[in-house]
Amino acid sequence: MSLTLFNVILAVVIAISFVGLNAAYLVWAERKGAGLFQRRPGPMENGLWGLLQPPIDGVKLMTKQLLIPGGVDKAVFITAPVLAMFPALVSFVTIPFSDNIIAHPIDVGVLLIFAFAALGSMSLLVAGWSSRNKYSMISSIRAVSQAVAYEIPLMITTITVVMISGSLNLTDIAARQLDGIWAWHIWPFQDDVGFNLLMPISFLVLFVCSVAETNRAPFDLGEAESELVAGFHTEYSSMGFGLFFMGEYANIVIGASLTTVLFLGGWSCPFGDLGFFPLTHNVGWFLLKIYLIIFVFIWIRWTFPRTTIYGLLNLSWKYLIPISLFNLLLTAALLKVF
Amino acid sequence: MSIQETTKAALCRLFPDQEPDSPPIEPAGEETEANQAPRRNTIVDQDYATRGFHLDVQLAPEQLPEAARIMFDLGYFLEAITGVDWPTDDQLEAVYDFSRYDFELCRVAIKTRVARNQPHLPTITSVYTGANWHEREAHDFFGIVFDGHPHLIPLLLPEDADFHPLLKDFHA
Amino acid sequence: MSQPIELQQDETFVLNVGPQHPATHGVLRVKMTMDGEYIYNAETVLGYIHRMHEKMAENRTYAQYMPNMGRLDYLSAMAFNHGYALVVERACTIEVPERAEYVRVITVELNRISSHLVWLGAYVLDLGGFTPLMYCFDDREQILDLLESVTGSRLTYCYFRFGGLYNDIDDAFISGTRSFITRMRKELKMYQKLVTGNIILMKRLQGHGLVDRDMCQRYGATGPVARGSGINYDVRRNEPYSIYDRFDFDVPVFHEGDSYARYLVRMEEIEQSLRIIEQALDQLPDGPVNPEKKPKVIKPPAGDYYAAVETARGNFGIRLVSDGTKNAYRLKLRSPTYSNMHLFDEACRGMLIADALAFMGSLDLVIPEIDR
Repeated sequence: MSLTLFNVILAVVIAISFVGLNAAYLVWAERKGAGLFQRRPGPMENGLWGLLQPPIDGVKLMTKQLLIPGGVDKAVFITAPVLAMFPALVSFVTIPFSDNIIAHPIDVGVLLIFAFAALGSMSLLVAGWSSRNKYSMISSIRAVSQAVAYEIPLMITTITVVMISGSLNLTDIAARQLDGIWAWHIWPFQDDVGFNLLMPISFLVLFVCSVAETNRAPFDLGEAESELVAGFHTEYSSMGFGLFFMGEYANIVIGASLTTVLFLGGWSCPFGDLGFFPLTHNVGWFLLKIYLIIFVFIWIRWTFPRTTIYGLLNLSWKYLIPISLFNLLLTAALLKVF
Repeated sequence: MSIQETTKAALCRLFPDQEPDSPPIEPAGEETEANQAPRRNTIVDQDYATRGFHLDVQLAPEQLPEAARIMFDLGYFLEAITGVDWPTDDQLEAVYDFSRYDFELCRVAIKTRVARNQPHLPTITSVYTGANWHEREAHDFFGIVFDGHPHLIPLLLPEDADFHPLLKDFHA
Repeated sequence: MSQPIELQQDETFVLNVGPQHPATHGVLRVKMTMDGEYIYNAETVLGYIHRMHEKMAENRTYAQYMPNMGRLDYLSAMAFNHGYALVVERACTIEVPERAEYVRVITVELNRISSHLVWLGAYVLDLGGFTPLMYCFDDREQILDLLESVTGSRLTYCYFRFGGLYNDIDDAFISGTRSFITRMRKELKMYQKLVTGNIILMKRLQGHGLVDRDMCQRYGATGPVARGSGINYDVRRNEPYSIYDRFDFDVPVFHEGDSYARYLVRMEEIEQSLRIIEQALDQLPDGPVNPEKKPKVIKPPAGDYYAAVETARGNFGIRLVSDGTKNAYRLKLRSPTYSNMHLFDEACRGMLIADALAFMGSLDLVIPEIDR
């Protein structure tokens, strides 16, 4: 009994510190990455290569005054940033870092992640609504329509993978892809399905959707700083803003993890299990894959200009949803045939 | 016919008492006394090399909208509207600068003068929409009232400004 | 409960863009009446950085007023120097030595490139792309270093003198400019790949922010705004001042009238400015950069004078009314963005706010020059 409790506490502590550390150091990585793409060194002053920048930024944010504008609904206004961070934390519970490193394996892990992702967009809605600022209001309306538009193809694509692997458990889905790089779901040829040319495209759909779901450029229409000042977090200062900021990066880690588990084989070694340490299936591969995906996130952010809200919705409703629906039908048919 | 002559002929319709092809009433260039005495309403050819513009037109305030229409139909665009204060004559002068988009270079300055204590001019916003801001600016700086202007509130000066800084008797 | 946002009678609401807003590049304020995300009506409010430069002209001697030119348009200060020098030289019939004319053209065109680079970076930033800004500022830095070495200042140049220049250029400047031209040509290719051909950028700009020829004429729009609407108007070509008639360069004209056309005009102008600089460097004569005989006190004969130059944003005109004293009697500054900005109110009606701000950026606003 006490051992179980200890395990739970340990899992929670590890999950929280992993999320916190990731969120903080992804900001650093983002700034270094931006520097890399922009012919400049990025943060260099605090610590070696600016490595002490995130904790110092954290201290700065925490010591700032938390301003609450007049006329707002205080309770909702304060709850919103917490709502942004909390779902990301909970979603980590079910992410399998390797076959045995997982906070708590849940049979419907995929469902849990989607349920809490929806809660994440809820936080943008209430933040924008409760700020009593026209820019925030427009931003929250945008955020919700964006979330609705992109959760649909995201879920349909995920259901396709779930159909192939026959499980909603993320560990099971990843465990199906352990036979080296060609067993990953990203490739057209799959057991039980034969040959489905749409799988790589599905991967792209999932990737685009996770960029959009995490409100990252070029789909960062919620904050669109040149149009809406800072969007839903215009009125937030201090740690209120800090939580939104960390929530964004935590969501990126979730998105990258989900992509890795669904399509890139989770913790599997691309060469198959060779039996000795670095080339066996282990958590290192999982982290390598998610950080590669995050690097692509950063790369995209610092390369492309922003789309517009109608361009974004058109992309989803006209292209991504039909493609993912068609892939779902095709996969269902192929599953019957083979 | 060069565009300068065309413009001149078209604008001459505003001066029925003068013959269109008559030589300029005043010699171009060396008009040193021009600033001392108000000159009569007419069209003067200017030497482009020394002055930087070709036609110097002075007309009565009520002729402005018609002149603007003529200029618009001839393809001119409005560069600026500005004022010049002549306290010695007790007059305010409004200067309308026109230029062309095509390669027939012709810059025209249309000038008109009103009494300093009754500075009312007709608006030309119905012809040149862009005159809106220029007229508001002239209203700010000189207090010229453009009758018929759709939105004559201060543009560059504060909303409650009751002074006209470019008048010669304004001292900050 | 939060207090609700006020709606007007027809269920529109007023969105106050500026005077402190990331997209207005300074202290411009636009009162937008919004219907959802659509702009129902817009009214520009100016004057937040109005300094009454025209009154200053009446209280200073002609030479003392030259530094004001750099404060009007901080990105294209050299062209404003040129315009003011031209009108005073015209009034006082001061001859400019050959070499000074060439150096003027070289510096003005370098300044034009740096202005367009700032615009490019800031514009893509408006559209949400941050990285090109850094590249543009990196390239612009080369120009600033070059100009600093001869003018002594980096932004608000006061380099021109009546009849000549403050300082002659040296060999280091010439070789530096030549290597900058090589570098810039390479960079332009990179911008083509990174920005011009970007599918998101093209989708956002093509067909949006339409300005037609008639609107240009009604508002007196000049510069890249007019050239993007099919008007072949460039003061350097239509009214060749200084020695611009000696150079072989194209005036880029695009007929679409959308934001992308204006974008392409400016990108092409960078290349054309490079061509002009190259030719000017090749033809650069020896000699003094200041006239031997020059009046000690500048006192233009009474009368009115006009001069216009092409700045990076369009036609900058100066009307000078002189009464024969050492102060100007009246000096009117006709700034290009003033007219270009004016058409925003009409053109942005019915646009989405994102498109309207993309359109505003494509007008290349420099607020100190609008407000003067």
